[in-house]
Amino acid sequence: MRKTLLFLALPLALAACHHEEQAAQSGADASFEAKLQEQLLDAKPGSVIDIPAGHYHLTRGLSLRTDGVTIKGAGMDKTVLSFKGQVVGPEGLLVNANDFTIENLALEDTKGDALKINQGKNITIRGVRVEWTGGPKTTNGAYGLYPVKTQNVLVEDSVVIGASDAGIYVGQSNTIVVRRNRAEYNVAGIEIENSVNADVYDNIATNNTGGILVFNMPNLSQAGHSTRVFKNKVYANNTDNFAAKGAAVASVPRGAGVVVNSNDKVEIFDNDIADNQTTNVIISSYFSTNYYNTKGVAADYNPYPKGIFIYDNRFKGGGDSPDGLKLKTLKTAVFGINGKFPDILWDGYVDEKTLVDGLPPASDRFCIQNGDIGVINADGPHDYKNPSTDTKPYQCTLPKLPPVVLDPEPKA
Amino acid sequence: MTKWFVRASLALALLLVAACHRGLDPVAFQADGRPPRLSDWHVVEVRDGKLVLNQGVVPYDLNTPLFTDYAHKLRTIWMPSGVSAKYDPTDTFDFPVGTVISKTFYYPRTADGKFSDVARTYDASKDFAGEGLDLAHVHLIETRILVRRESGWAAIPYVWKDDQSDALLARTGAVIPLTLVDDKEAREDFNYVVPDESQCSSCHAQDWVTRKIHPIGPKARHLNRDYHYATGDENELAHLMKVGYLTGAPAPADAPRNANWADERAPLDARARAYLDINCGHCHNPKGAANTTGLTLDVSVPEDRHLGICKPPVAAGRGTGDHLFDIVPGLPDDSILPFRMSSTDPGTMMPELGRSTVHREGVALIKAWIAAQSGGCVAIH
Repeated sequence: MRKTLLFLALPLALAACHHEEQAAQSGADASFEAKLQEQLLDAKPGSVIDIPAGHYHLTRGLSLRTDGVTIKGAGMDKTVLSFKGQVVGPEGLLVNANDFTIENLALEDTKGDALKINQGKNITIRGVRVEWTGGPKTTNGAYGLYPVKTQNVLVEDSVVIGASDAGIYVGQSNTIVVRRNRAEYNVAGIEIENSVNADVYDNIATNNTGGILVFNMPNLSQAGHSTRVFKNKVYANNTDNFAAKGAAVASVPRGAGVVVNSNDKVEIFDNDIADNQTTNVIISSYFSTNYYNTKGVAADYNPYPKGIFIYDNRFKGGGDSPDGLKLKTLKTAVFGINGKFPDILWDGYVDEKTLVDGLPPASDRFCIQNGDIGVINADGPHDYKNPSTDTKPYQCTLPKLPPVVLDPEPKA
Repeated sequence: MTKWFVRASLALALLLVAACHRGLDPVAFQADGRPPRLSDWHVVEVRDGKLVLNQGVVPYDLNTPLFTDYAHKLRTIWMPSGVSAKYDPTDTFDFPVGTVISKTFYYPRTADGKFSDVARTYDASKDFAGEGLDLAHVHLIETRILVRRESGWAAIPYVWKDDQSDALLARTGAVIPLTLVDDKEAREDFNYVVPDESQCSSCHAQDWVTRKIHPIGPKARHLNRDYHYATGDENELAHLMKVGYLTGAPAPADAPRNANWADERAPLDARARAYLDINCGHCHNPKGAANTTGLTLDVSVPEDRHLGICKPPVAAGRGTGDHLFDIVPGLPDDSILPFRMSSTDPGTMMPELGRSTVHREGVALIKAWIAAQSGGCVAIH
């Protein structure tokens, strides 16, 4: 029978249609895939789908639409779902459900996003490894762990390697904890975008283009604010930017530690931030991304980062080899050929219409309480003509944000 | 005399019905479960080398259809007696419990007679035998059932057997290697992908909060067109009203109507918007799966940034193809929309599901539409 379902037809299909080498799907893989699809279709609230240890080749994106389901593997290096031979996508696993938990398994080499959770509350991602095994490549999938439009989200003890956009990307969500993860060789290691109330702590972000990003994009369902980035190790994020042009993170310079773009009420404290060659922290506006145009951006969009508070971090190294001609020229002009940027670079855009006596309202200020570290205001609005290293404008404090409390608490 | 006449007429009518429907059992609304065979529904069935429509099963077509790898489609609707759908000018009609909608995907066969070769053609003139399909000329691939149950709509996929005698339940979908052959004998191998049951919702759940699924086609703007019924040509809305399947519809002239994307006499803008509406609007609508992107492509959206004009992408990743904006007026080759429509890479292509080949004529339409727009997207600093 020519048209046997999926499992028999696919190896043939792969051979016929793809010129590059594909991982062939064995009969065992095929029956595994069909069984897993059926388990996802048949899942009921409370179902636990256990995936035993093994390396499985899948060819089609999986999806789940039932509330209250747990997917469990035997460990992030033991239960591996490989999508190297994926013919239908785009995601590895797409979830549109509440009360979802996934833990202790790996998703590898998906054509698009690895794990996308679109719309749901009470989401736990624990001990999941996402990896594009060929290293950083523009052709890798965009996002590793990608909850979007979710509430009450925990991402912990996970690893993401090789995403061509962001490794861990929480978008348009509320009440978020991202902790004890490792993000490496992604364009953005961890990105919190258009999200409200996020705690990002105890993570390691290294060898990305940019380590930890807190962004606000225009035209979306909500503007983000209130993110705390603390106790993270953010070092040597010096991988060349390999995002496709036009992607939000394509504007991130290689060698950026923590980057805030157009987001408000962001606290960065108690982190170890080191050896990021453009600079350890960048505070910037959407104007610096080159995407701002009046036709394509909602009129009520706020492109200015407001209420940014940086304190008590441990900085080391970095700033010695900024990415891009403009930043290189700026560094040389201000600090000399052998000099380096200070730990904080601000692009200098301010919301002029809110200024009182030259300063933003107290709650919107950019404040630093971090010993004697330096800052460069790059004077972006005037094409970097009059940069300043005066730190006086940042001598202020802001009220501290409360910790994020997940409610209900995730199941252990 | 009168009595005799009535009886004779009744007998004749019964004979005619029997002749028309070749003794098909009545359509069987399945209140739950997933019957293993398509024929268990008695909506469309194979008889004497034809796929025939059962009594009361009404075919319909859309002004502009979804592109599915050049497949042709036979759509039908059936309702139990005594109930009808309520008209809505914008949304899917409110269908009563018991409604069964079917959509059969098939291809015209090719001259070479090879079963896995299928024709790339818009010519449907040889497909039909009455209101059904002539199996001497077509190759049936899959039939999807949408059934309105007490709990809401359910989607159930069936894949046709090689011998074309019936279609079997295929909950996990299928991948079917086929070759498209055009009238100049150019060949294109591709995988025809039957979505799994869960993927049905990817398109049919047009609201990702409620996650309830609905038919996409049976809306006023799609059905406001003529159909070649066995009884002659008639507007579909009018016909559904006439047979009692629909209530509350205005005269066709007063109902909304999408353009036929292929109608070169229609305005380019109307054709492009109709194309985007049916191919993209099920996700790219204010409540749909793609509302995370800020890009809305259904027919309701104004022609501004909501439709992608100069809009920076949000989560396209490498789907940008190195382009900065969804649509750059006047510059189709700098726009993300046609780039993603022109891809067959699962991580880049749009729509994400439902096709494995590029719809060349659809891409050409959208490029022409963008090329005809004026203005530009000037970045400000």
